Amino acid sequence: MAEAIIRTENLSYVYSEGTPYEHRAVDGVSIEIEKGSFVGLIGHTGSGKSSLIQHLNGLLKPTSGKVFIGGEDLWANPKDIRRFRFKVGLVFQYPEHQLFEETVRKDIAFGPRNMGLSDEEIEARVLEAAKHTGLTEDYLEKSPFELSGGEKRRVAIAGVLAMKPEVLILDEPTAGLDPKGREFILSEIKDYHDKTGATIILVSHSMEDVARFASHVLIMNHAKAAMYGKTREVFSHVEELCEMGLEVPQISRVFAKLREKGYEVPESVLTVDEAKKAVLKLLGKGGEADA
Amino acid sequence: MLKDITFGQYFPGDSIIHRLDPRMKLILIIVYIVLLFVADGLFSLLIGAAMGIAFYALSKLPWKLVIKCIKPIMPIIIFTAVLNIFFVEGDPIFEWKFISVSGKGVLTAVLMCIRIICLIAGSSLLTYTTTPIALTDGLERLMKPLQKIKVPVHELSMMMTIALRFIPTLIDETQKIMAAQKARGADMESGNIIEKAKALIPILIPLFVSAFRRADELALAMECRCYHGGEGRTRMKQLKLTAKDFGAAIFVAGGFAAVILMNMFGPEVFRL
Amino acid sequence: MSKKSFIEANRISFSYPSYEGEIPSLVLDGIDVSIEEGEFVAVLGHNGSGKSTLAKHFNAILVPTEGSVSVSGISTAEEARLFEIRQEVGMVFQNPDNQIVATIIEEDVAFALENLGVPPAEIRERVDDALRKVDMYDYRLHAPNQLSGGQKQRIAIAGIVAMRPKCVVLDEPTAMLDPKGRREVMKTVKQLNKELGITVVIITHYMDEAAMCDRVVVVDDGKIIMDSTPEKVFGNVELIKERGLDVPQVTELCHELRKEGIDIPESVLTEEECVAVLENLLKGGAQNG
Repeated sequence: MAEAIIRTENLSYVYSEGTPYEHRAVDGVSIEIEKGSFVGLIGHTGSGKSSLIQHLNGLLKPTSGKVFIGGEDLWANPKDIRRFRFKVGLVFQYPEHQLFEETVRKDIAFGPRNMGLSDEEIEARVLEAAKHTGLTEDYLEKSPFELSGGEKRRVAIAGVLAMKPEVLILDEPTAGLDPKGREFILSEIKDYHDKTGATIILVSHSMEDVARFASHVLIMNHAKAAMYGKTREVFSHVEELCEMGLEVPQISRVFAKLREKGYEVPESVLTVDEAKKAVLKLLGKGGEADA
Repeated sequence: MLKDITFGQYFPGDSIIHRLDPRMKLILIIVYIVLLFVADGLFSLLIGAAMGIAFYALSKLPWKLVIKCIKPIMPIIIFTAVLNIFFVEGDPIFEWKFISVSGKGVLTAVLMCIRIICLIAGSSLLTYTTTPIALTDGLERLMKPLQKIKVPVHELSMMMTIALRFIPTLIDETQKIMAAQKARGADMESGNIIEKAKALIPILIPLFVSAFRRADELALAMECRCYHGGEGRTRMKQLKLTAKDFGAAIFVAGGFAAVILMNMFGPEVFRL
Repeated sequence: MSKKSFIEANRISFSYPSYEGEIPSLVLDGIDVSIEEGEFVAVLGHNGSGKSTLAKHFNAILVPTEGSVSVSGISTAEEARLFEIRQEVGMVFQNPDNQIVATIIEEDVAFALENLGVPPAEIRERVDDALRKVDMYDYRLHAPNQLSGGQKQRIAIAGIVAMRPKCVVLDEPTAMLDPKGRREVMKTVKQLNKELGITVVIITHYMDEAAMCDRVVVVDDGKIIMDSTPEKVFGNVELIKERGLDVPQVTELCHELRKEGIDIPESVLTEEECVAVLENLLKGGAQNG
């Protein structure tokens, strides 16, 4: 097994401890995430996934348990915590709401500037991050406020990419976007992963999107890590996932029903393409091609 | 989490004080404050204090709330007391070097302390037992006559309501923006004052942009629900004075009368 | 007088006012559409297609720069009759937070009725009724910020339903919600139409929501490019995908299988239909083999 870039040890977090509003958001989570993997993080609202990811760059301090990034204990020296924010880049939901600079260029440069880099280095990073998110140079001098929704989202993501984090965490990067915008962002992320080898954690409600991109899946349920493993393994438990109230792709539900009725269809069909192949194989067409 | 906490000091309950008409509560608290200042001696002030205690007992709130509301103004109380003890002139009852303490000074200090405590505890009781929305509502209706002299009473109260509605939302939003900028390495803790003020820009700009966007959308949503100012508007909740409101009024009026009588005919000791 | 549709848009074009010297870009470009009472219509399009702008013409938030819109025979250009139009056609927006005015749920639902000067006792009755219809009666004394996104959106719907409108227009009501919230809201929307007989126009870019409706109007580049039943619209898989939209997974699967020369119907929209079709197919396949 490759080196673990992220490791949590019995991580727990309790909100407003000792008040009537006390709430356990993360409960004894121990996971290891391999360097260079693409992890899909799934769970419904309130499952603890947002709290969990905020522990990975030190925005939240665990009530108990530990977080290690690249083998280093995150909270060994609390004064040093900012360093980890650059190692683990976190893009929040609706990141376009955090844009504030006069130009796109300056906004993307905010992170690198906080790192204390030289002007040349910052400029180089801005250009690179813009390229990764498909923003051409003429965007850089525009005000972020005059861009369309999808473009703003890209600027916001570029702002985190420019820090060149070893781990990139995105909290529902496609929320509210139309299919075209969704596709664009996801393929940019995939592309970034392939080119840089960075570790990616993609928080999403869409199992379909996760199925298409992620090598591993972590399921959060009731503040606990309910499942963690290779994408295909985790998604073969369609029924359990349904029970947790997760949004299982339509096509998976269709195939689960067919299995119930006694048809010999594969266990984890997640995409239309897989479904098509499965049906063709059963019909004896294209089964040879697959073999 | 922050969003769970009811904004303001409202402390849910179902006591007779909670159920009083907010207009009556507002009027009575004003009368009570006047009463505290009319009282010119220890005995009349004690009547006022007793009334306050009675109201708290009726509200069935935990007593520690009294301490909670007085805590923040403790320095003022102590300061007032010290000032009065040492600087009110009169026959000295205690002298040491240049310090002299008069009996009148001690009395003034004690009276002032009781007065301030009753004042704060009384007005806190109002906010503890009345939701901010009921307060706004009560104020709007009480001030309605002012509309005749062109005071925009409805508009003011609408603004109050919207502010109350959006404060938790904006607090939530501020926290999110702060977390997001911190994730980009924003440093908000270190540096001198100017650097700290500068560090606020990445938070304030998105916050304002968002507040304006919200305002815009809210205005549209209100228009779609036929909002057109206070003219011809009715209210679902009608405030009605009931027996308990008159009972409370009589109680306070009685207390007021007792204080005046005590001022006029009470013992001449412990007076200012 | 000839019978008119409930909402009728007649060759409407719209462009937002532009700065001096700038050429105004046309957001809506000669749209003709009419909506009958009791219909359940989806307006489908990607971001920036003009679908939201179109929706805003249905209750006189916007008036067309060219052409005309009428609601129940009243022209939306008649400013004096604005409130009549808005009572007939209510509107729910995308962000649930930005349309709740009051700090207590039931007060918010009462807001429109208070504006309309309805007597207090009647307001009470209609508010309770509206809250029950969206299944939020138990939450009537809560503060809005104690609710989930889906619940807030249902409250926004209740606030409109309390006006007893003939039609509710929902502008991307689920875009900011999680899957659970989306399901809740769509269930409520469906009830509005099927049980209460309210005309529903839902603006969306989610194909699964459009597939629930009786009629789908696809808008692209300020024009209507399709206007038909969901079966017919989504049957056109290539065209829909070309316009940056999606079709339901099951529809796509059946379409792909047809391309492979397998004989199955083109208009498969729901899970059940798909299961039935595949079952039929596999049974046949088993017999052959």
